[in-house]
Amino acid sequence: MTAPVEESKLVPASERETLLELRNLAVAYGDVRAVDGVNLSISAGEILGLAGESGCGKSTIANAIMQILRPPAHIAGGSVLFRGEDIVARSTEELRRYRWQNVSMVFQSAMNALNPVMRVGEQFVDMMQAHERISKRDALKRAGELFELVGIDPRRTRAYPHQLSGGMRQRVVIGMALALEPELVIMDEPTTALDVVVQREILQQLQDLQRELGFAILFITHDLSLLFEFAHRVAIMYAGEIVEQAAAAHLREHARHPYTLGLMHSFPPLTGPVVRMTGIPGAPPNLASPPEGCRFNPRCPHCDPAADRELFDLQTSVRPLLREVEAGHTVACHLVEREL
Amino acid sequence: MTALAQAQLEVRGLTKHFPAGEGVLGRGSWVHAADDVSFVLRPGTVTALVGESGSGKSTVARLLARLYDPTAGEVLFDGKDISRVRGRRDILRYRSEVQMIFQDPFGSLNPVKTVRYHLARPLLIHGRVPRAGVDERIEQLLETVGLTPASNYLAKYPHELSGGQRQRVAIARALAVEPSVIIADEPISMLDVSIRIGILNLMLDLKERERLAFLYVTHDLASARYVADTVIVMYAGQIVEQGPVEQVLQEPLHPYTRLLLASVPDPSIAERAPITVLKGRASAAVDPPEGCRFFERCPLRLDICSDVTPELVESRPEQSARCHVTAPSSTLREDLHVEPVQ
Repeated sequence: MTAPVEESKLVPASERETLLELRNLAVAYGDVRAVDGVNLSISAGEILGLAGESGCGKSTIANAIMQILRPPAHIAGGSVLFRGEDIVARSTEELRRYRWQNVSMVFQSAMNALNPVMRVGEQFVDMMQAHERISKRDALKRAGELFELVGIDPRRTRAYPHQLSGGMRQRVVIGMALALEPELVIMDEPTTALDVVVQREILQQLQDLQRELGFAILFITHDLSLLFEFAHRVAIMYAGEIVEQAAAAHLREHARHPYTLGLMHSFPPLTGPVVRMTGIPGAPPNLASPPEGCRFNPRCPHCDPAADRELFDLQTSVRPLLREVEAGHTVACHLVEREL
Repeated sequence: MTALAQAQLEVRGLTKHFPAGEGVLGRGSWVHAADDVSFVLRPGTVTALVGESGSGKSTVARLLARLYDPTAGEVLFDGKDISRVRGRRDILRYRSEVQMIFQDPFGSLNPVKTVRYHLARPLLIHGRVPRAGVDERIEQLLETVGLTPASNYLAKYPHELSGGQRQRVAIARALAVEPSVIIADEPISMLDVSIRIGILNLMLDLKERERLAFLYVTHDLASARYVADTVIVMYAGQIVEQGPVEQVLQEPLHPYTRLLLASVPDPSIAERAPITVLKGRASAAVDPPEGCRFFERCPLRLDICSDVTPELVESRPEQSARCHVTAPSSTLREDLHVEPVQ
């Protein structure tokens, strides 16, 4: 895979138009806060990677942006702004237009979301006719074009899902997500179920398309090493909170949060010396009763009353806030904050 | 050295063909899930079996666990072929020596039974300890897999444990019967990233401390490099390359191994060349014709590759590959004037 978009390096993130902004977003399942006070913004044409382990709230954020949370999940606070307008209070009709046209989504194992008894081309037609006045013939023609765009023979619009491989089905779903030329595409683990070779092919293609068409991507995955290659900017999530955020290339070299560092040390390298790694001890907390103070404190190697009582008290009683440690690099960690 | 240690488990020409679903009217397609697979597992070593989905790696694991009967070939345990053993006692004895750990620690534990139950069962079935010694042995096992203090876990049900803890219980259960070989089929792929290393480290500890022989089945080359001594790469039912893990990953011979390596995300490489993948048949293992199964997707292919099936040729010390171009057999080398790639 080649390096992230050249132009984006020339235009500082702050000067590009903000497409989507989450302000202090909280999403709860009943009383459990799966997402707790998240601030995040995506600029036009940007690939933002959101990394974290299962249950950290990353998929919940995606569902909140799409406004497809299902009860008992609900937005418990904060706002989701698309081009400055809050979409939380939008009507069903407004949301129908917002979805697919402004923001579309490729779900985890979306390739299994295709209707098995309907030709894939017909499924494109259905989706397009739900959103715009278009004849079946034109919609099918457009489907063929989109198939070509994502690297599938346009004649395959006549295929049923089972006649396509997993990688091809995933491409079909990506083509669908691009059909109405949305400004933002949310991808939740879009390649996790695929073999590595297919994964790389699809990512390469996605990168080419993104450069060509200029849409923004919110790319959600547990695979941090993949994001370092694919994303422009990376946000790390732990137990419902963003704990660190920076440009991908910067984070790879200068990560500060102990959780980010722990994650990075959880992926054995393919080159260089093989050294014994430690991963992160313990397991992510139960969000029904998250730890007091910093939520990472039970697993943090720097949280030790014997080493530093004062710091320990802070870590176990006060929630750390995201602080800028360098331009564009924010960290939520008492230890890092003290070193500033 | 380990290479001289006696083989605990040896697989010779192991082959398994499944009837393919298509052709209701007897077109009779066959999936060659495993074709002529041979390797040895030695005590105190980890052998990684790597491949994509459909490569046949899980079929091989299941053949070793005696969950299938092979179409052809042998599985030798301590020199005796056990692949067609039928007697319940013989199978029981083999299973106590060769244990399996599965991908899904959620599915492989009984949700309504406690940790204690899961560990007591194999001890009683295989009669490894007297009834009175069961509790002590269970505590020992839990400590071996890093679940300490054991008393905290004995009465827990699977849903009360994290994924990593569940996988540790599954490993403790496998260890209960004191096996000499453990077959681990994607044991970390369903676990959270931050706890995967812990399970890999446990495998390393057990290999060293208990001198176990592991077959680690995975699609993840980086984790294979981390735990394994030897790696076997499978494609479409065949071994396409095998050798010492570091040698194979740093200097792969087979074009498929190279493609795999070029595809894995690696944060230590800032920029990398895009891969080009030629389109081939979706499943090269269905009724494979003569010739190399990677032929259609191969950037190095020659005319001979579609006509003659390449053999697995040892072209560097201990490293062999199934490729006319990078590991040509000696006869071919003379006929074609191709030199092996060094």
